[in-house]
Amino acid sequence: MDVVTMLSQLGKGMLTTGEIFILTLLFSLPLGLVLSFGRMAKNGVLRTVTKLYISVMRGTPLMLQLLVVYFAPFYLFGMKISSSYRIVAVIIGFVLNYAAYFAEIYRAGIESIPVGQYEAAKILGYSKGKTFFRIILPQVIKRILPPVTNEVITLVKDTSLAFVLAVTEMFTIAKQIAAAEKSMLAFVAAGIFYYVFNLLVAFVMEKIEKKLSYYR
Amino acid sequence: MNLLEINHMQKSFGALEVLKDISLSVKEGEVVSIIGPSGSGKSTLLRCATLLEQMDKGDLIYLEHYAAREAEGKSIYAKKGELKQIQKYFGLVFQNFNLFPHFTVIKNVTDALITVDKVSKEEARERGEKLLSQLGLLEKANAYPFQLSGGQQQRVSIARALALQPKILFFDEPTSALDPELTGEVLKVIKELAKEKMTMIIVTHEMQFAKELSDRIIFMEDGVIQEQGTPEEIFASQNERVQNFIGKF
Ligand SMILES: Nc1ncnc2c1ncn2[C@@H]1O[C@H](COP(=O)(O)OP(=O)(O)OP(=O)(O)O)[C@@H](O)[C@H]1O
Ligand SMILES: [Mg+2]
Repeated sequence: MDVVTMLSQLGKGMLTTGEIFILTLLFSLPLGLVLSFGRMAKNGVLRTVTKLYISVMRGTPLMLQLLVVYFAPFYLFGMKISSSYRIVAVIIGFVLNYAAYFAEIYRAGIESIPVGQYEAAKILGYSKGKTFFRIILPQVIKRILPPVTNEVITLVKDTSLAFVLAVTEMFTIAKQIAAAEKSMLAFVAAGIFYYVFNLLVAFVMEKIEKKLSYYR
Repeated sequence: MNLLEINHMQKSFGALEVLKDISLSVKEGEVVSIIGPSGSGKSTLLRCATLLEQMDKGDLIYLEHYAAREAEGKSIYAKKGELKQIQKYFGLVFQNFNLFPHFTVIKNVTDALITVDKVSKEEARERGEKLLSQLGLLEKANAYPFQLSGGQQQRVSIARALALQPKILFFDEPTSALDPELTGEVLKVIKELAKEKMTMIIVTHEMQFAKELSDRIIFMEDGVIQEQGTPEEIFASQNERVQNFIGKF
């Protein structure tokens, strides 16, 4: 196999990797916020359930979670699993897992905002929703950017776990090529790809941090 | 008509009785200072009056609207919608300003006008700029709070409270977080407001300021109003506790 063929095959995998990455962020960032509300809820049952959920998602391997999501429809409901469900299962698994991590980051961020901000908003007549979305959340986002960047960088690398469900993302393809060609080249190319992807992530996150540095 | 009337306010935190039986009323245009030792319940009184804290017993009345009314031995608060209306009657200036750090000065002053009171952007901006120029802060309109001195930040927070045109303005030790050389500029602003007959209730440790400015001084200790009267009366008080406290300054 020549290098061009290899790269074009890896390139296809790259698209799937990008898809997992983007969809995971798209759903897990908001879901994490919802979970963090549950985690801080006044209702004790809700709080305990969310806490347990987060602890399980953070305390067990993501790979295992992907397998559970994939096989659950069959073992729980006796449903037939179609092959198109693989990528869906991967996304669901990633979203459920990353939302748990993001929830803890949001919670720490929200709890770090001084209570005086809420009180000032209340005196000025802001509703609870407006207080949160206009006053609190923008400050939270600024504060949580560094830990979120860490998670996003981890996510780039974690996308390779999709191979357990034989989803043809980048890493899965690299493995296939390496086995067929008896050469390390595909792995090297894949490694470079992940690295460059993360350089890009770091660059973008730094830009966002800069953009939010207009206040302290 | 009293702008504010508090009857038999009581407030405990757990077993700690902080406010024991506070009654006071404030008329339009009056400037009332509250003094007293640390822990006597001054902030708690202000926080209950501004609905940041719920009192246990007593009535809280703004312009004859009951925010809370005592019934069967406890304060029953008005409905949410009514409280929102009552909330418009007062403003509060905090000891540590609590400006919104991500908003510019002008946005700090006008945001609530626009998003809560639904005033048009243009009108809000006009009102905001007018206030800022009155407080000598117009050239800081587009600065962020972290770029200002403490005294400037406190003046912005006063402008922010005034923008909503409250009938009564509370201050909780507005100069306590400031370096001595910055307290003057904030006190000057408050004096200006007093001249314009703004109704104010000010918790302060600035005795000279309270003496010059107030129509009435309230001395609090151990959760009760020990004595109240004109500055002359308070500073000539025969009450030993009052004498002791004032003597410290
Ligand atoms: N949220 C709270 N929970 C428990 N105790 C509280 C709370 N807020 C105030 N207290 C207690 O109530 C008492 C009165 O506090 P408060 O802040 O009203 O005093 P203060 O007169 O404003 O004092 P200072 O001059 O130091 O500001 C103190 O003993 C304080 O520890
Ligand atoms: Mg206090």
